[in-house]
Amino acid sequence: MGQTTAEKIFAAHLRDEPFPGTRVLDIDRVLCHEITTPVAIADLEWRGKDRVFDTGKIKAVIDHVTPSKDSKTALQAKMLRDWAHRHQIKDFFDVGRNGVCHALFPEKGYIRPGFTVIMGDSHTCTHGAFGAFAAGVGTTDLEVGILKGVCAFREPTTIRVNLTGTLQAGVVAKDVILFVIGQLGVNGATDRVIEFHGPIVEAMSMDARMTLCNMAIEAGGTCGICQPDMTTVNYLWPFIQTEFANREAALAEYGKWCADADAQYEKVLNIDVSTLEPQVTFGFKPDCVKTVKEMAGTRVDQVYIGTCTNGRIEDLRQAAEVLKGRKIADSVRGIVSPATPKIFQEALAEGIIQIFMDAGFCVTNPTCGACLGMSNGVLAEGEVCASTSNRNFNGRMGKGGMVHLMSPASAAAAAITGVITDARTL
Amino acid sequence: MKKTFGGPALFLDRADINTDEIIPAKYLTEVTKEALTPYCLEDLKLEGFDPKGDELKRARVVVSRANFGCGSSREHAPWVFEVNDIHTIVAESYARIFRQNMFNCGMLAIELPAAEIQRLFDLEEAAAGKVEVEVHLKEQLLIARGNGREESFTFEISPFDKALVEAGGWVEYADARY
Repeated sequence: MGQTTAEKIFAAHLRDEPFPGTRVLDIDRVLCHEITTPVAIADLEWRGKDRVFDTGKIKAVIDHVTPSKDSKTALQAKMLRDWAHRHQIKDFFDVGRNGVCHALFPEKGYIRPGFTVIMGDSHTCTHGAFGAFAAGVGTTDLEVGILKGVCAFREPTTIRVNLTGTLQAGVVAKDVILFVIGQLGVNGATDRVIEFHGPIVEAMSMDARMTLCNMAIEAGGTCGICQPDMTTVNYLWPFIQTEFANREAALAEYGKWCADADAQYEKVLNIDVSTLEPQVTFGFKPDCVKTVKEMAGTRVDQVYIGTCTNGRIEDLRQAAEVLKGRKIADSVRGIVSPATPKIFQEALAEGIIQIFMDAGFCVTNPTCGACLGMSNGVLAEGEVCASTSNRNFNGRMGKGGMVHLMSPASAAAAAITGVITDARTL
Repeated sequence: MKKTFGGPALFLDRADINTDEIIPAKYLTEVTKEALTPYCLEDLKLEGFDPKGDELKRARVVVSRANFGCGSSREHAPWVFEVNDIHTIVAESYARIFRQNMFNCGMLAIELPAAEIQRLFDLEEAAAGKVEVEVHLKEQLLIARGNGREESFTFEISPFDKALVEAGGWVEYADARY
């Protein structure tokens, strides 16, 4: 019987099966940030087990609140920093070199097809874009990952999503994934992997695939997975060229992780995206999705462009295309946070930062910040934000605030008019 | 350390209660579990529920609906229950990460079918909110008492999750084994 990508990765990483249905896997990447890791570090110290299983497989970054905004966040950063130095974790990214974890770590070439990846962050599912099994975990799983390099999972079943047709101009990966979440519901993929297939995904860049996989968790999914192909190889080539004779050899190797033609799926969703319109959320759950047209005219006070969902260079380009030569509405605060220093520099070189600033945007450093209401753009009670992030929970960006999730182009359009707007009509 | 389970129940009658509602992100700057204590369920807006009220203070068990604990991976959500002596959640279903975090901390995330969760809510109504829950882990039995009535339920728990609870959590279990 054929296997899905997740089944192949599980079989190749199986360390132990302590009970039927429970798989303890060897982990290739244990990723750490300053919010969920310090408690694990403190607990390991308290237990007299302040050790790490492998200094090369652990990567760490300060990204949620950076530079530190107060004494408490400074202590969190210091705990992570001191720990990384103590254990000689060389891939540690401090202020100035740091960026949003799910943009920074892929950009550094740390994620490869067939890898197992965990992080104390629910959007770790992003890394499935590379054909990896990547799952968000809590601090205890992270702690055991740091100490032992293993993590336990129930063998997940897989939902296959086939994306076919032709995307209309101005309709992008964010619109696709919002629509898919609307179809699945917020717990439609709980304990399941979502495997993305079809010509739409094949034509997507790695940036777009990361946007797609990033929001698998918003349908409850353990991981979103794309099939490794030449796009994956090309993205990784600077990091893998010494490992392979040529790109075809890399493709042949990575292709082993693609799902078999006769793999078994719990459910198959066939979606022709040809008629898909730009999507936006309403309410307080990410499966509350409508078309931008239906929501047009809804007032916004703030526009936020960035995050692990949509803070990559292509996202900034799409927003800049809408903003070019225009000014944002007087009633709106525009905030853009390029997700990594590299993306920031590319945006500078391409004149994108200039376009944002000319339009009236505030350009902040790379950070998770406002997405979860921690810094750099927290909402006041009753305020509304058009955001390219991934969660619209009540109070997510600030107590009493409301968030509408949308694509970078839609967010840019809302900034210009002060209300939710279809960018294609500007 | 092994936990104790059961006690007065708090009923939260809504599906999809997320981890931002259980513990808002602004408190994730704390580096000890104990510091989270005053903020349990602070952003949950639910008719009749007061995050500063006595009902929450008294509670040792939370009963809720489907997809409990969805959203962020923050283990601060189970921790804020733990430091408030709530070691048992009973719900129709859970988000994967929250559920695993509960067992990893040696706590119980008990799943019951929708109809049985409804029976618990019916009991709560009849008992005007005064329901006591008793948990027998070995027998996988849950007994709820209120208004002179008693309802009992058997629950499923995977042998692995049970082993975690009996070991006191995943760190203890993994450390002894790997």
